[in-house]
Amino acid sequence: MTLTAEEKREIAEEQKRYPDRRAACVEALKIAQRSRGWISDDTLRELAAHLGMTADELDGVATFYNMIFRRPVGRHVIFLCDSVSCWVMGEEALRARLKQRLGIDFGETSADREYTLLPVACLGACDHAPALLLDRELHGDVTETQIDALIARRG
Amino acid sequence: MERPLTQALRADGAPLDIDEYERAGGYRALRTALRELQPAALTAMVKASNLLGRGGAGFPTGVKWQAVPMGPSARRPKYLVCNADEMEPGTFKDRLLLEGNPHLVLEGMMLAAYAIEAEVAYVFLRWAYQRAEETMRAAIAEAYARGYLGQHIFGSPFSLELHLHTSAGRYICGEETALLNSLEGARAIPRAKPPYPQTSGLWGKPVVVQNVETLCNVPVIVERGVDAYKALSRTDEGGTKIYGASGRVKRPGAWELPMGTTIRELLEEHAGGMRDGYRFRGLIPGGASTDFLGEEHVDVKMDYASVMQVGSRMGTGTMVVLDDRTCPVGMVLSLELFFARESCGWCTPCREGLPWVARTLAAIEAGQGQESDLELLAQQSRLLGPGHTFCALAPGAVEPLQSAVKLFRDDFLRHIRERRCPFRGQAA
Repeated sequence: MTLTAEEKREIAEEQKRYPDRRAACVEALKIAQRSRGWISDDTLRELAAHLGMTADELDGVATFYNMIFRRPVGRHVIFLCDSVSCWVMGEEALRARLKQRLGIDFGETSADREYTLLPVACLGACDHAPALLLDRELHGDVTETQIDALIARRG
Repeated sequence: MERPLTQALRADGAPLDIDEYERAGGYRALRTALRELQPAALTAMVKASNLLGRGGAGFPTGVKWQAVPMGPSARRPKYLVCNADEMEPGTFKDRLLLEGNPHLVLEGMMLAAYAIEAEVAYVFLRWAYQRAEETMRAAIAEAYARGYLGQHIFGSPFSLELHLHTSAGRYICGEETALLNSLEGARAIPRAKPPYPQTSGLWGKPVVVQNVETLCNVPVIVERGVDAYKALSRTDEGGTKIYGASGRVKRPGAWELPMGTTIRELLEEHAGGMRDGYRFRGLIPGGASTDFLGEEHVDVKMDYASVMQVGSRMGTGTMVVLDDRTCPVGMVLSLELFFARESCGWCTPCREGLPWVARTLAAIEAGQGQESDLELLAQQSRLLGPGHTFCALAPGAVEPLQSAVKLFRDDFLRHIRERRCPFRGQAA
């Protein structure tokens, strides 16, 4: 899928904020990922050419950041915080519940391609630990029962 | 008790809009500074206030600003960056300010930019903070609409363009030179110093990077004056501090209190003590990269100097509590897995050493450790410590490790001798 005119306009808008057009490359990756779900080799090459970078340079950036995906992910991504406060407050039980309900562990995607489960570093919600992001929506004080409800809602 | 950073926050958690912020006295400090203070005088005030960087390192803010080349010969544009990449495990204080009081963050940025004569400013915001992104975006639009950003602010010669940059997630982006690489659109690996960012930082131009909470203190210093600002603190270190507590305490949360409030007051009065059925065993005082403290340290004042005196660091000031039913080995393993995963991979000791530490801890936790592993962990703590790595990530990672191996040695030994985790099956 080639970059749409709207995506190119959005990237141009981001480029205005920086004196060097490559500086918007992280934003450009996020813009391209929004509709595609992930960054394929083809998308990477096209974006790199558009930004005046080599594909290798852009891949160095794309593979560095946690939320740029270089492999396909499910329709929804569950980011479960496994940092210290959430671990103390029962993250392992939530991970086990997700594994039981969806059949996936960290780094895996469910067979129906609905969910990918990933660990994420501290979400800054330690006063409501354990916490997770469903896509970009924050959920705090999460219980095993709530996991079931979250999955049912989206399912 | 005075809470200049947080007292205007709305009870419903919604952000203060520009009118509410101004009714509470907002943007008065900026008007005053633009009218009455020369940039060098503002920097001198901040230095005299003894405001220490709230990102965790505690570097004196005024001293940092003084290193910026000033006057017509300085290379331009100069930049000011607000480090809003809060990602230190256990830390949730900047989020409070970004989501609740976005104009205070902006006013702090404008004052700092004025002091160093910067023309362009960026908020470097963590991707995961969606609500903060919305509030900051709205606040920046409001400030532009009123003419508080852009050309000739309040009719003065001072002009400032301010942009929001949302990152794509990596702990190392909190390190200021890695943050600059990230902002330039590169892998966020740290840079060698010198040159220091104040002279050659963003696109080779002078830049100052400051944490959110640090910047929010600047309007308070201008508004109240140096003496009144210093009087907010119980120690030599100026101002208030946003402290926090999480773990199995009755009321986890974050509170703005006088700098130098003791650990005991934070735990007992503000966090409400331990939850019923749990006893206190220890804590990391200010995020993942700080040494564990035990029961004997609860009367220590939480400021940079006092916590350092007992062998740890105040760090971000948001503590994580270890209770008697949670496994200390498991807790340290969680910390080290984080550091191993977030190592940027640039230098070998950190890239190779941290996963080794995490694997060793995982083996002990799983009942497959040996007594010699404790010596290995102590040795790794030295090899990954200050002076052996490119930046402070690995030295930070070994702080909780080295202290846990000493403080909870019996727990480590029980795992090894009983060939299992003695806490499994009993944690609630």
